Amino acid sequence: MHERVSAGIIGTGSYLPDQVLNNYDLEKLVETSNQWICSRTGIQERRIADEDVSASDLAVRAAEAALEASGLSAGQLDLIIVATITPDMFFPSTACIVQDRIGAKNAVAFDISAACTGFVYGLTMAEQFVKLGTYRHILVIGVEVLSKFVDWSDRNTCILFGDGAGAAVLGPVTSQKGIQFSRLGSDGSGGDLLKIPAGGSKIPSSQYSLDNGLHFIKMSGKDIFKFAVKVMEHSTCDAMEACGLKVSDIDLLIPHQANLRIINSAAKRLKLPPEKVWVNIHRYGNISAASIPVALDEAVTLGKIREGSLVVLLGFGAGLTWGVNVIRW
Amino acid sequence: MDIFAKVKEMIVEQLGVEEEEVKKETAFKDLNADSLDIVELVMAMEEEFDLEISDEQVEKIKTVGDVIQYLEANV
Ligand SMILES: CC(C)(COP(=O)(O)OP(=O)(O)OC[C@H]1O[C@@H](n2cnc3c(N)ncnc32)[C@H](O)[C@@H]1OP(=O)(O)O)[C@@H](O)C(=O)NCCC(=O)NCCS
Repeated sequence: MHERVSAGIIGTGSYLPDQVLNNYDLEKLVETSNQWICSRTGIQERRIADEDVSASDLAVRAAEAALEASGLSAGQLDLIIVATITPDMFFPSTACIVQDRIGAKNAVAFDISAACTGFVYGLTMAEQFVKLGTYRHILVIGVEVLSKFVDWSDRNTCILFGDGAGAAVLGPVTSQKGIQFSRLGSDGSGGDLLKIPAGGSKIPSSQYSLDNGLHFIKMSGKDIFKFAVKVMEHSTCDAMEACGLKVSDIDLLIPHQANLRIINSAAKRLKLPPEKVWVNIHRYGNISAASIPVALDEAVTLGKIREGSLVVLLGFGAGLTWGVNVIRW
Repeated sequence: MDIFAKVKEMIVEQLGVEEEEVKKETAFKDLNADSLDIVELVMAMEEEFDLEISDEQVEKIKTVGDVIQYLEANV
């Protein structure tokens, strides 16, 4: 008989491009102001990848950092999952490109698409494989180069997004530790609220799609705002109830960093004090699938997460999708 | 139910203003409420009164009195 194990995070890493775009830079691009962006979103600056840099470039850097933190070598990885909506190309998968570049010769590799919930989806899949014993060591990466899919003349969206990558290495740990609970959700009826319409098989690239800017992110901000606040509150409460715990037992909530106003509104509803909610959106903006693993890596590195901490990862985004992982560190 | 009293309580809570500032003729923009404060307030009212307020409806709401009128007709 196998001893019951959990999937635990044994190493984290992140990588952010050097180039900073602040709100004053944006004032030169669109009709906006630092004051408006700060008060409506909490974002002060975001990172932008150079023109010749793609998702796999950022992913490799985050992956190498996570591997080093885990003490494993690339050859010990059994699986690589990359969560992204801004892959290098449709195929091969960005995960296969990363596998080659880090030399993870023994790993299976594939991408998943769940937008801003991508990392939580990836972690939850990885958790199942580790618990079943199918794969032992799994690298989960969230990476985005959203700057290449943003319409830099659309002030409704261009102020929000940024680029970056975060990664975590999972492995078996004793069942009292690691991921204690995960729950994912999807609601395709909200698919039109946040999307990139063209470039796929529905609206293939054409002069028409280019002329109409259909390769850029389109968003219905207010609907997404309401969805996000509600789902943050309900998913956190559900997860705590399922674990037989109270919201006040959480040591650190790491929500997807979409808008400070969403985070504050949900935290207020949950009665969570600010010191229990990780916020880095002022520095990076919304980096979709990379947002949670980047925040997680920061919180681990800065000692905010310690042995025994109860950490909740909470994602929400296009799809619509949402998901939560409850982790005992 | 005294809708005005309830709405006043919610506005005070959501916008952090004094009760005396909230009168029927008060405009939300004079309470320093920005567009997302209004979204949050609408969400709180939808939950409290168990109804859905459409975006078009929200656009029309300028004063506290507009909200009371809408709720009285729809609750
Ligand atoms: C994007 C978001 C900040 C916009 O806020 P909003 O209140 O919905 O904004 P609106 O479009 O209603 O605009 C409100 C006012 O600000 C103005 N405005 C909009 N964008 C602006 C900008 N970038 N700069 C300056 N003014 C702006 C509008 O013209 C409008 O002015 P008016 O009241 O004089 O007409 C907000 O909807 C949001 O964060 N939604 C969630 C988005 C998100 O997180 N997406 C990813 C989820 S994974």
